[in-house]
Amino acid sequence: MNIPKDAFLEEAYELVTELETSLLKLEEMPDDTDLIDRVFRAMHTIKGSGAMFGYNDIADFTHELETAFDLVREGKITVTTELVNLSLSARDQIKAMLDASVDGEPVDKDRSKVIIEALKALISSGVETAEVSRSVAGFSEENVDTTLEDTDGEVTYRVRFAPHSDIFKTGANPILLLRELSELGPCSVTAQTKNIPGLEKLDPETCYVYWDVVLTTAKGINAIKDVFIFVEDTSDILIDVIDETEENNRGIDYKRIGEILTERGDLSKAAVEAAAESQRPIGEILVASGSVDPGSVDSALAEQAHVKKVRQERQQAPQASSIRVAADKLDALVDLVGELVTVQARLSQKAVYEKDSELTNIAEVVERLTAELRDNTMSIRMMPIGATFSKLKRLVRDLSKELGKEVVMVTEGGDTELDKTVIERLNDPLVHIIRNSIDHGIETLELRETSGKPRRGTVRLYAEHSGANVLIRISDDGAGLNPERIREKAVSKGIIQPDEAMGEKELFSLIFTPGFSTAENVSGVSGRGVGMDVVKRGIDELRGSIEIESAGGKGTTITLKLPLTLAIIGGLLVESEKAKYVLPLSAIEQCVELSREDAARAHGRNVLNIRGKLVPYIPLRERFNIPGNPPDIEQVIVNEVDGQRIGIVVDRVIGEHQIVIKTMSRLYRNIENISGATILGDGTVALIIDVPKLISETKNEELAAA
Amino acid sequence: MTQKIMTVDDSASVRQMVGFTLKDAGYDVVEAVDGKDALSKINGSGARMVITDLNMPNMDGIELIKALRAEAAHKFMPIVMLTTESQGTKKQEGKAAGATGWIVKPFKPEQLVAVVKKVLG
Repeated sequence: MNIPKDAFLEEAYELVTELETSLLKLEEMPDDTDLIDRVFRAMHTIKGSGAMFGYNDIADFTHELETAFDLVREGKITVTTELVNLSLSARDQIKAMLDASVDGEPVDKDRSKVIIEALKALISSGVETAEVSRSVAGFSEENVDTTLEDTDGEVTYRVRFAPHSDIFKTGANPILLLRELSELGPCSVTAQTKNIPGLEKLDPETCYVYWDVVLTTAKGINAIKDVFIFVEDTSDILIDVIDETEENNRGIDYKRIGEILTERGDLSKAAVEAAAESQRPIGEILVASGSVDPGSVDSALAEQAHVKKVRQERQQAPQASSIRVAADKLDALVDLVGELVTVQARLSQKAVYEKDSELTNIAEVVERLTAELRDNTMSIRMMPIGATFSKLKRLVRDLSKELGKEVVMVTEGGDTELDKTVIERLNDPLVHIIRNSIDHGIETLELRETSGKPRRGTVRLYAEHSGANVLIRISDDGAGLNPERIREKAVSKGIIQPDEAMGEKELFSLIFTPGFSTAENVSGVSGRGVGMDVVKRGIDELRGSIEIESAGGKGTTITLKLPLTLAIIGGLLVESEKAKYVLPLSAIEQCVELSREDAARAHGRNVLNIRGKLVPYIPLRERFNIPGNPPDIEQVIVNEVDGQRIGIVVDRVIGEHQIVIKTMSRLYRNIENISGATILGDGTVALIIDVPKLISETKNEELAAA
Repeated sequence: MTQKIMTVDDSASVRQMVGFTLKDAGYDVVEAVDGKDALSKINGSGARMVITDLNMPNMDGIELIKALRAEAAHKFMPIVMLTTESQGTKKQEGKAAGATGWIVKPFKPEQLVAVVKKVLG
């Protein structure tokens, strides 16, 4: 990270000046504690911000000076002319170091040493205590990287975290701490709620809960203590080691519940022994007899299960391996899972109508299992995008040679996983984008040199997860897009009207229009006006979106937003006049009601005021020519598409569903608003609305009408 | 949604460093130069957390923490103080006033982000 240093330098120069003034005054009034404080604070700030901004030489040097004045502050040494003289020359040295960082003149490092030696000599003659040398040496040691070394193997800890009842009043959130703890390794958390009083006595600002955590981590006990660093002195925190790797030879069996409870101090040994004589599970007996509360037993059980699982995994780990499977077998599996999800939806619906509790139970189990099966199957199909990235590296190398340019490609996030089909179909669009970047984006060697850029151009390829999507960015440090030239071209090709008002982003997106090409010379690489529209189509087919950012002379960044998987999506099922539709959940922001009055208030302009922001909406009934009358209160589904919020008005929202996408037959290929269909639980078909298309189509028609 | 953090410090360079680091980590930042300034700006700023220096003119960090904790809207807000090694007692005072945590100066950008993540989630 590169933090701007101008503010630091400006401030440091001010402080150096102040230091000089204060030191000179101090010489006249050596006992003035205010002055001593001012000198000390100036030094302290220079040291502190110096270290933060990476000026370690200044920080280290100033630290020595600060140490001396700390002793002055404590009254251990007195201000003498000698000390002031030395401090002044030290102040000059700091200024020289600051100057050096501005104009690049080297500093006389020996001078620093001489001053420090003199300071140390002065101090030790002033005080004889041994602590001085310690604190003088202290600073550089503090800055040593304090990351804890990992202990050898994984250790399982039992942590009891009982926060102070006033913990909320310090702005701390125990849940965040537990979450942080769970990031250290596999972790089971049991909340102990027995101290929560009845509602009439409950104070919502008090924390009544404490937590038992069993955590397996290789990061060591200090990493656990670090989590609680801000609350350790007000909370009760107990950390015990309960299982270590070396002990693993004993198999996977772990302590008995009674043993765990006595170890934790929740129960006496005698009570356990008494209970153990009976045949029933010990937990049940203990709870029934009231000698221990159910929460403690739950937590002991969780500990048992956790340790067993960890030990089991440890034993199995070396055997984990992979097998190769033909891709079409996987495709068949996905199809089958899709069918299963559909049938499961029917079963769930049937169960609701039948009002048979046993059937409902079974349906719920099937629903859960199907969801797990679906997630598992989808994860099998996930592949890292890295392989595609390396292919493109080769392309960059060959292309740049062919065009006589020097271009390197930098990739990041190659381990980002995407559905296999998405990766395969992403290849062509990426090739086109990179070709365009190198051919039109990156300038020729001479041009780059005259405009003060490095000879070698850079193309960056970057992939990352973002919710249910993957973002892929392709950026170059080339000439950037020229909005004016795009406009001229679009006008001359008849794509837009000469006086059409368009934002920069809209202008940029014109390069995806079929038949558009800005390159003056048609080259063998790109520039025939095919290419970018192919990219757009390819990404649309993947249900993705494209965004372009560009700054003249600085380069262009194209961002592709793609869904993780194609076969099954989360969708919102809605209804308009008995016909059902699905809106993909990924773009939905919120649902609001639209009453007749609301609609009338906008005087037919189809905009709605949502918390002070005007949001335009598209009535589905109008769009799809659905006959009949809308209900008194309609629903607006607000979508965010390409940074714009647009509502879609439907009669009724039915709910969230997992949607298995079925492609429509060729007959419907020309219906752009619909991207597919799905079969619902009752066997009816719902159409999946292609929201971006619906919006752009409506916009175009309105523009044409206007 | 981007979370907003208020940084209170009389040193412009610390404010800039904190601001830059937090923006880089994806937070929004609002700056205040001392406790008084912070109190006048906090309502309506949308800040979800405060990072404050302790030694400041007009109103110091401890007083600011006390004043914020006295307002219902900020009773449970995470407040992190910037302390130095030599301010052991100040740190105790700050904790007693209701600070959520602290960062010892000098600190590295990564340390700041780690603490913010720790208390803000």
